[in-house]
Amino acid sequence: MSSNNGRTRPANGDIPISIRNLSVYYGDLQVLKDVSLDIPPRKITVVIGPSGCGKTTLLKSLNRLLDTAEGARVQGQVVLDGEDIYGPHAEVTRIRKKMGLLSQKPQVLPMSIYDNVAYGPRLHGLRAKKDLDRRVQHYLGVAGLWEEVKDRLREPASVLSVGQQQRLCLARGLAVEPEIILGDEPTSALDPQSSQNVERRLLELKETYTVVVVTHILRQARRIADHLAFLYLGELVEHGPAAEVFARPRDPRTRAYLTGEIS
Amino acid sequence: MKAPGAGLLRRRKRTEVVFRVLTTGSAVVVLLSLLLILGTILWKSVPALSLSMLTQTPRGGFYLGKGGGILNAIAGSLYLALGATALALLLSLPLALYLNTYKGRASKTAVWTRFFLDVLWGVPSIVYGAFGFVVMLALGLRASLLAGMLTVALLEFPIMARAIDEVMRLVPRELKDASASLGATRFETAAKVMIRQAAPGILTGILLAFGRGIGDAASVLFTAGFTDRVPTSLADPAATLPLAIFFQLGTPFPEVQQRAYASAAILTLIILIISLAGRAMSRKVTRHVVK
Repeated sequence: MSSNNGRTRPANGDIPISIRNLSVYYGDLQVLKDVSLDIPPRKITVVIGPSGCGKTTLLKSLNRLLDTAEGARVQGQVVLDGEDIYGPHAEVTRIRKKMGLLSQKPQVLPMSIYDNVAYGPRLHGLRAKKDLDRRVQHYLGVAGLWEEVKDRLREPASVLSVGQQQRLCLARGLAVEPEIILGDEPTSALDPQSSQNVERRLLELKETYTVVVVTHILRQARRIADHLAFLYLGELVEHGPAAEVFARPRDPRTRAYLTGEIS
Repeated sequence: MKAPGAGLLRRRKRTEVVFRVLTTGSAVVVLLSLLLILGTILWKSVPALSLSMLTQTPRGGFYLGKGGGILNAIAGSLYLALGATALALLLSLPLALYLNTYKGRASKTAVWTRFFLDVLWGVPSIVYGAFGFVVMLALGLRASLLAGMLTVALLEFPIMARAIDEVMRLVPRELKDASASLGATRFETAAKVMIRQAAPGILTGILLAFGRGIGDAASVLFTAGFTDRVPTSLADPAATLPLAIFFQLGTPFPEVQQRAYASAAILTLIILIISLAGRAMSRKVTRHVVK
């Protein structure tokens, strides 16, 4: 499955994620309370909720980035491709390779534009220059950045604008050919035009990938969500098809959040 | 009638003046002492500075004022400090990475390790010299380039390790997470991302330690020995510039004392050149650093 050549394959985005009874603690503080959620493949699942409700923690638990957070403790299961990623035999680097992450603030690596995209593929064994070139060009294209950077691939990634950096991070995440794309408020540091650009990419990408986006921007959720989950104070209050939840929220807290009474 | 608060305003203005004099004054003192040190050394060394100082080893009667140079000490010091700095880097870089990769900010091990390093930093170099001497005897070594290198490496280690550790701590967590989320192991993140991001600081740490190592007299006094020849193997004793200054300044002959100042000028020059080279390199490695 994992390609050691430069061929870019369409992702097998049919992998559902199943979160079962997930609780996360930071020290004594419980930030996620017994969350169970099935994330459908090839759809955009948007997790909404006020700041501090545990959205980011939920997202980070999906690729085990919580491992690096001090004092974080996880209970429950996240089943990916039939395997519990918190199980005793789970291989963390392989799990992370299945997911591309877009963080709040684009975090480019201290290297050239080219090397940023080639970083993941190189880690996973792609060496031949021609293959790397092809992969870099392809995913910069998918992220909508190729035309803007093709003449300066060797320049430090930090010279790009913030919006360009976020698309570079997208290309970098896609270049390891993941199955799932995770976005942690991926437009919060961007100007409106760059935000729109990133949203458009996400809508294209759901054709081939499972996408999970965390946001506190309700309008963004309305624009891109197929499936909606509302987190409040660490609790999964409600989830379902986006149109349904927006039109007829069942829980009063969801209604209050959607109408702006709680934020 | 004076406006209300006029007295207060006058007091505040006076404080401002005092503050300005104090801050400007301290800057002037720093600059003056540097110029004074350099000026004195250069002025005192002018009569003795010559090409033969750089290119020749001491001839017979050198310490009585006869011909020769201090090539033995220049070469000895460079070998010794380069070797010691390389050894110290071999310890410091892994330690700094360990503290910042495998140990959390609040880890007891990390806190104690940093504390020990700070204590070691403060240990006077003569203590390192005495310690190195004991170890040297225990190992059956004689005063030699190798024994000197090991001792100076020990002296440089805490300085370098703490300097590198400090810049590694500044590497943002998000950057490490970005690398991890692409499937990198901790080692790969350390080697490919953290070292690049911290490169300018690492370079500064290396230079700092090198400067301390090449300029130290007490740690090499018993461990490196002193000789008029340029060392050709690690087992040979090695002369060093600080000791060359010490011995020459201790003679009753003015010509030899002038050579001590010339040696000091050369030592200062070496450090200056290394610092400038470091700066030039730093500009290169800073290129990719993410703000």
